[in-house]
Amino acid sequence: MIYADNAATTKMSQAAIDKMVSLMNDTYGNPSSLYRFGQKAKEALEEARETVASVIGAEPREILFTSGGSEADNQAIRSAALLGKEKGKTHIVSTKFEHHAVLHTLAKLEKEGFTVTYLDVHEDGLVRPEEVEAAITEETALVTIMYANNEIGTIQPISEIGRICREKKVLFHTDAVQAIGHLPINVVEQNIDMLSASGHKFHGPKGTGFLYARKGIKLSNLIEGGAQERGKRAGTENVPAIASMAVALKEAADKMEQTSAYLTEKRNKLIDGLSKIEHSALNGDAEKRLPSNVNFCFEGIEGESLLLLLDEKGIAASSGSACTSGSLDPSHVLLAIGRVHDVAHGSLRLSIGEDVTDEDIDYMVKSVGEVVAYLRGFSPIWRDLQAGKKQFIL
Amino acid sequence: MALYSEKVMDHFLHPRNVGVIEDADGIGEVGNAKCGDIMKIYLKIDNDIITDVKFETFGCGSAIASSSMATELIKGKPLSEAMELTNKAVAEALDGLPAHKMHCSVLAEEAIQKALEDYQSKQEKK
Repeated sequence: MIYADNAATTKMSQAAIDKMVSLMNDTYGNPSSLYRFGQKAKEALEEARETVASVIGAEPREILFTSGGSEADNQAIRSAALLGKEKGKTHIVSTKFEHHAVLHTLAKLEKEGFTVTYLDVHEDGLVRPEEVEAAITEETALVTIMYANNEIGTIQPISEIGRICREKKVLFHTDAVQAIGHLPINVVEQNIDMLSASGHKFHGPKGTGFLYARKGIKLSNLIEGGAQERGKRAGTENVPAIASMAVALKEAADKMEQTSAYLTEKRNKLIDGLSKIEHSALNGDAEKRLPSNVNFCFEGIEGESLLLLLDEKGIAASSGSACTSGSLDPSHVLLAIGRVHDVAHGSLRLSIGEDVTDEDIDYMVKSVGEVVAYLRGFSPIWRDLQAGKKQFIL
Repeated sequence: MALYSEKVMDHFLHPRNVGVIEDADGIGEVGNAKCGDIMKIYLKIDNDIITDVKFETFGCGSAIASSSMATELIKGKPLSEAMELTNKAVAEALDGLPAHKMHCSVLAEEAIQKALEDYQSKQEKK
């Protein structure tokens, strides 16, 4: 099988698995216990915190371990909203194509009286810093903009947005779930106040993640209880998984430059190959995108049947069609970059991993071409397009 | 567990009666691209018997499988029987569809009904 869905989740690294198993076997004490066996677990936890902090240029005390990216997003946004409200600020700036962990949290805040500006991401899937600046008002409590998009992989101008927010004295949060471990990040240099991350997107375990919050930013709890995580996240820490995540992140960071160069070359080859399929289009900017991400729309076909047929050929991929999103509408990300419904239903995301070979790329190009041609062969839309009864969009 | 039953996968991977009938006696098209499903059914009718049927579908796996199964169920059958084809019968013949995919079987029923209506209105004009 060619696993081309690394944006959904990744295979755990062997070093991360080894770390997890070793702690499960030998260090199962509760880090809150005062005897040495518990304190050994506490040490493993704090070592993980130091590792994670060092990778993003933060201080250990600024790292809060969570169950994943969604929890971190929820807590960051809720906390910033509450801080703003205390000062009478109830406006938030975000974008139209955030992850649902952000969008649904914002929708809830809107019901609670907040107003949210959802910035356009244009055809290239990129936020414009000057539009962020223009959207900030005296009432703005928070700017929350993702680092890299999970569907189309476009990398946002985070440093510029960070500078603007710092100048305007507005809190800046970024959902960096797709970026961390794949792109260089420094929260100090980039003026990032809060950042969300998820362990299983960089070869760590599922159910792990963290929230970075610059010191001085008062977080509010989503989970009340014991005094774990400086009293900001109750519940006995999942020490083996947290330590395993830290190992995976360090590993990803150490080889980032070489992984990135390798993947970028393979990605571009895949993009070139798929571009040769007639009436297709790459979604999102070709350059400012994650080294692993390829996302295309093919006119005249539907994404779910495309995925099922690729599965038959041993390729695991993803789509933004309605049938795969579980709703009647195709992906909000594709609609946000201006793809109309007809075309958005025919999308394909291939997110490659560092074990991908040139043969794999060739096989994917060939297979996608065959499957698209096969489905177009009995698509009434394709027939109408061919007959000139409908206009091609792509 | 797989997303679909073996029957659905069989009809999706090896759809029966795919294609077009150029001199069809009745054509029915339902659905729209906005929702992500379009089905088109072509009928050839002789002496009130459906002698041939073909389909074209833009849609998900269950939409393609539903079209394929529906054509199988009416091929060679008298018009009176085809008119009574229900979406439930299509779904059952496929050993069931996931709840959120039942609308695909509804589309298949509607496409066939529309093709039959098209045939009848053409007959009345003759």
